[in-house]
Amino acid sequence: MPETNHTHGYFAEATRFVVLIAALAGVCGAESMTFGPITSVFDPHSPNADSVVHLSHLVLAITGFVFAVVSGLLLYALIAFRGRKASAGREPAPVYGSTQIEMAWTIIPTLLVLVMVVATARVIHAIEDAPKPDNAVEVIAIGHQFWWEFRYPQLGIVTANELHMPVSDPARPRPTFLKLTSADTDHSFWIPQLGGKTDLIPNRVNTMWFGPKETGVYLGQCAQYCGTQHAKMLLRVSVDSSDDFAAWARSQQQPAAHDEAVAAGRRIFETTACVNCHTVAGTNANGRFGPDLTHLMSRATLAAGAAPNTDEKLRLWIQTPDAIKPGSLMPAMQLNESDTDALVRYLETLK
Amino acid sequence: MSSNAAAIQAYQVPGRTLVETLHEWLITVDHKRIGILYIVYALTCLAVAGVEALVIRVQLMVPHNNFVSPQVFNRMFTMHGTTMIFFVAIPVLFGFANYLIPLMIGARDMAFPRLNAFSFWLTAFGGLLLYFSFLGGNGLYGAGTAPDVGWWAYAPLTSRAFSPGHSSDYWTIALLISGFGSIGGGINIIATILSMRCPGMTLGRMPLFAWMNLVMAALVLMAIAPLSAAQIMLTIDRYLGGHFFDTQAGGSATLWMHFFWIFGHPEVYVLILPCFAFISEIVPVFSRKPIFGYPVMVGATVSIGFLSMSVWAHHMFTIGMSSYANSFFTITTLAVGIPTGIKIFNWLGTIWGGDIQFKTPMLFAIGFLFQFLLAGLTGIMLGSAAFNWQLSGSYFVVAHFHYVIVGGIIFALFGAFYYWYPKMTGRMLNERLGKWHFWLFVVGFHLTFDLMHIPGILGMPRRIYTYEPGRGWDTLNYLISIGAFIQAIAVLIFVANLIISYFKGREAGNDPWDAWTLEWTVSSPPPAYNFAKVPVVASRRPLWDLKHPEDSDSQYE
Repeated sequence: MPETNHTHGYFAEATRFVVLIAALAGVCGAESMTFGPITSVFDPHSPNADSVVHLSHLVLAITGFVFAVVSGLLLYALIAFRGRKASAGREPAPVYGSTQIEMAWTIIPTLLVLVMVVATARVIHAIEDAPKPDNAVEVIAIGHQFWWEFRYPQLGIVTANELHMPVSDPARPRPTFLKLTSADTDHSFWIPQLGGKTDLIPNRVNTMWFGPKETGVYLGQCAQYCGTQHAKMLLRVSVDSSDDFAAWARSQQQPAAHDEAVAAGRRIFETTACVNCHTVAGTNANGRFGPDLTHLMSRATLAAGAAPNTDEKLRLWIQTPDAIKPGSLMPAMQLNESDTDALVRYLETLK
Repeated sequence: MSSNAAAIQAYQVPGRTLVETLHEWLITVDHKRIGILYIVYALTCLAVAGVEALVIRVQLMVPHNNFVSPQVFNRMFTMHGTTMIFFVAIPVLFGFANYLIPLMIGARDMAFPRLNAFSFWLTAFGGLLLYFSFLGGNGLYGAGTAPDVGWWAYAPLTSRAFSPGHSSDYWTIALLISGFGSIGGGINIIATILSMRCPGMTLGRMPLFAWMNLVMAALVLMAIAPLSAAQIMLTIDRYLGGHFFDTQAGGSATLWMHFFWIFGHPEVYVLILPCFAFISEIVPVFSRKPIFGYPVMVGATVSIGFLSMSVWAHHMFTIGMSSYANSFFTITTLAVGIPTGIKIFNWLGTIWGGDIQFKTPMLFAIGFLFQFLLAGLTGIMLGSAAFNWQLSGSYFVVAHFHYVIVGGIIFALFGAFYYWYPKMTGRMLNERLGKWHFWLFVVGFHLTFDLMHIPGILGMPRRIYTYEPGRGWDTLNYLISIGAFIQAIAVLIFVANLIISYFKGREAGNDPWDAWTLEWTVSSPPPAYNFAKVPVVASRRPLWDLKHPEDSDSQYE
């Protein structure tokens, strides 16, 4: 994962300036936060993303060439044929056209287009029609307003918002294949460094695959407007080494931790509306409208990446979700302080 | 017709009361007045949609900003897009077409004057209905406010489950109504061009302006119909228990996408063809040369018309179409680049060897040429389906289509204002203010939209009301917003120029640019019914023939 330390000072400087100007402009509430990674589409970490970048080099070279030639000619013409006082009153010779020249500037672009079409079609075929190997990890990704549900049918795992996949050694590839659909509106799955986006559309199943070559955390987010909180439908993909992935899968397959010390919180969870939307495996909580919480504490973020998974943010999320993600479908639970404390303590045992 | 008699009176009798004047504008069926109504209406909507754009840009200036709530932000981009496309771009271009086509082809009015007025008022009331939603609609959140489903309103976000209340209905019905207005306008333009040309003006001698608007009008008929159908189907879904797009009941979300984009892509050409028309008039006059390759320009225009009907699904490369479908739409999309390129080359050929006069209309035309070239090339990148998977839905796309719409369409339109304002009002726009307008707008435009490509490449999706800091997006978004304000200042200078010059501008005379088409033969503003005596033409440049009888075009064509 490329870090961006060299840009920190620059951004910090710029941000201070921005905040100052924004304050002058009457903009309120700009918060400073920690800096995240740069996720450029030109920094690919998966074979499918690689082939798109290779294709883009060809397309950029051709379009860059066309731009250089045409804008060069245009610039030259503007300078060479700029109006001169001396010629006032005399009109330049009229030229009505030229068949040869018209042919030339029809045929050359046609050839360039043909080259790009063939190159594009090859990449489309290579990515879309890639066969699924037997060892592929299968994931079903379901888009929700405004979070991601991930199910691993081979492994019996259900999780949310943070997708884990094993690294895929180019010598012995072990790609991850996603089946994508939606429970409500259209969404789009996009991790720029791992490949292009594919939409999650209700009543339709799409597929995509990744073969990430390096371990690390890759960021992305929903790329199809899906409603009020489209902006905070963030995605994290954790690419793990084979061993780490196996360990992660084993821990996810465990039933929910059962700790008598937090029985009070658990009782609150199981006797309020929480269970209508959330599942905690092995309990009576089996709602599917919201994320599965069986291993909530194994995730780094809350509310589809809108907040870090800390004690303080978890409390806030339960009490006033609008403070984190206004317009999300998580209701404010209206619990008193001690019940909230107990509930948070219970949730924090769900490792 | 009595109202036509009134229109004649309007031009002749001075000293009428304000009410009488307003009444005359209200009931007019005169193509020039309807043209000006369209243009003034569109400029008003431009101000509104521009303010919405500024709200968006202030919100995105810094990460985690709370200038507006997500709900308000979503309404702003929905209303900005819908307004700019349906109530700025279409009306203003129809306005110029209405005003200029009869003058250019030597006709005394449009073919159907009353349909013309009806079409304008449908469009106007459509826009009013859309904005009434702020009072009468309610959406995902709260009561009485504007639609927030995005300007393409993908299903099933528009279904009643996800968009309760009536805000989406205002969007649907407003577009349905203004769509009928556009269809009426399209029929009128086609009929006028095909049947009202003056003696001697064969199709092959018609100004390119008329050719390009003819193809535009044909595209309007083909493109608006599916949009109107889709709006009706959506309303059936919402209120009559239909399931066209209702995915919960077996409907299809992608069906809406197909309907919308088979409108939406030809729509791009509906907007850009009239701008090609402006450029094809302005570039020759200020290069002092006839258009290079007239027949090829006509051919390229017609083939753009046909090809543009076959590219719609390039807006849908990420919806999981088969590799064959993705390849097919890559072919058609890149193929549109060929006739479009031919046009740019022919304008270049027109400039080549000319005697370029850098008046304000020409400055905007030159801006158009550079920027439309770049917009076309980023379009090629997006048209390559596999590359598109990375770029679509990101700020790269937003930058691309604003390059087309602002860098192309708006620049050409400003050029058209500076070029034809003298004809419409009888007074020249101020050149000095014009140059300020141009250069400020160039700076603002490039600051905003050049930089906007980069956050897209760095993974910033469109339509997000806020973003996390430190992704490389912050500084860029800040500068993009500054550029937006510079553009706003430039537009204010333009509006000031329009107003000041109306009262204090230099008298234009009939033919201030030493131009060659028929509108410059009549007074400025033109008299009622344009031509006291119907002109007869013998070439594509009738005024050239008149001014240079010894060397007339008609000897060569």
